[in-house]
Amino acid sequence: MAGTTLRRRLGRRRLTARLVGTRDETATARTLRFAVPDWPGHLAGQHVDLRLTAEDGYTAQRSYSLSAPADGEFIEVTVQLVPDGEVSPYLVRDIEVGDVVEVLGPLGGWFVWRPEQPEPVLLIGGGSGVAPLMAMVRARSAGKPPFRLLYSARTPADVYFAGELGGPETVVLYTREAPDGVERAPHRIDAADLKAYGLSPDDAPTCYVCGPTPFVETVTGLLVDAGHDPGRVRAERFGASGG
Amino acid sequence: MTDAHIDGNVLAGPLSSVFTADVTSATAVCAGCGRSDRLAAAAVYGAPMGYVARCPGCDQVLLRYAEVPAGATLDMRGIATLRLTTG
Repeated sequence: MAGTTLRRRLGRRRLTARLVGTRDETATARTLRFAVPDWPGHLAGQHVDLRLTAEDGYTAQRSYSLSAPADGEFIEVTVQLVPDGEVSPYLVRDIEVGDVVEVLGPLGGWFVWRPEQPEPVLLIGGGSGVAPLMAMVRARSAGKPPFRLLYSARTPADVYFAGELGGPETVVLYTREAPDGVERAPHRIDAADLKAYGLSPDDAPTCYVCGPTPFVETVTGLLVDAGHDPGRVRAERFGASGG
Repeated sequence: MTDAHIDGNVLAGPLSSVFTADVTSATAVCAGCGRSDRLAAAAVYGAPMGYVARCPGCDQVLLRYAEVPAGATLDMRGIATLRLTTG
C-alpha cells in the first residue's frame, strides 16, 4: 500500500492502541482508555493523532487531547460526538473493547504543563476543550501550585468529568442553562467572570486556554485586556468541522 | 480571515515526519512582518487534508505541508528564522 510505504520513508512512529475501557461523560461524549505497548509517557496537555483505517484502506485521522496524565502504557482520550463526523461517531458509538486504532504521539510541546512549573496556573476550557486541562488538573500533586479551572459548558448535561469537578478550585460557567442553586445567570464567559473566578494578573499565572477557535479568541483577548502577560497565555484551538 | 482555522498545535504530528524535535514549540520569525511567535500560535487552515499556517500578525503564509501517496511537501518560505530552544 502506497500509504504504508510513505510512512516508512517518513520514519513516522505509529503505535497500535487497543481499547481496554470506556466511560460515558455525557450522552454524546465518552472517554476511551487504550493500552499502547511501548508508549513512552507524556506530559499533561499533549495530544495524539488517532487514525482509523477502513477495510478498503481508506484512512481518516484526527487529533485528540490526552485527558489523563501518564500512566504506564495506558492513555485516555475524551471524544465529543460530531454529528456527520467521519471519526468521532465510530469512537463514541461503535468501537468496542479489544478493537485497535493507530496513534501517533505524544505530540506537542507548547500546550503542556510540567509538574516542575512553580507558578500558579489558570485553566480555561470551552466545551470539550476541558480535556487537556483535566489532564493537567489530574497531574498536579495535591495543593501545589495554585490551580484554578474555569470550565464553560452549555448545560449541566454537557459537563465532562462531573464527578471530579467539586471544590473551590473549579468553576463551571454555564452558557445556556444552569442547575438550580447556581446564582450566576447563564451567559458566555466575560471579563466579570475572569475577575470573579480567575486568578489575578498580579499572581502571574500561566494561562492555558482550550476550546473552539471563537471561544479561544474571546478568552485570550479577555485575559490580555485584564492585564495578563500575553507571553503567559497559551492556547489550543479546535474546529467544529471534520470530527 | 473568512475560513475556519485552528492553530499550530495540530502541526505537531504531521511535522514529526520531517523534524525530530517538536517544531510547534519553536519560535518562528515571519518573513513578511518580522513578528516572532511560537509556531503553535499560528493560524492553521485546511487540516487534516493539508496544512497552511499563517502569521497571526499579517496573515502571510508561514508554511504549507501536504502528504499524498506519492510523498510529502513542506514549503517554509514564509519563515525567516526558526528558533528551537531546549526545555
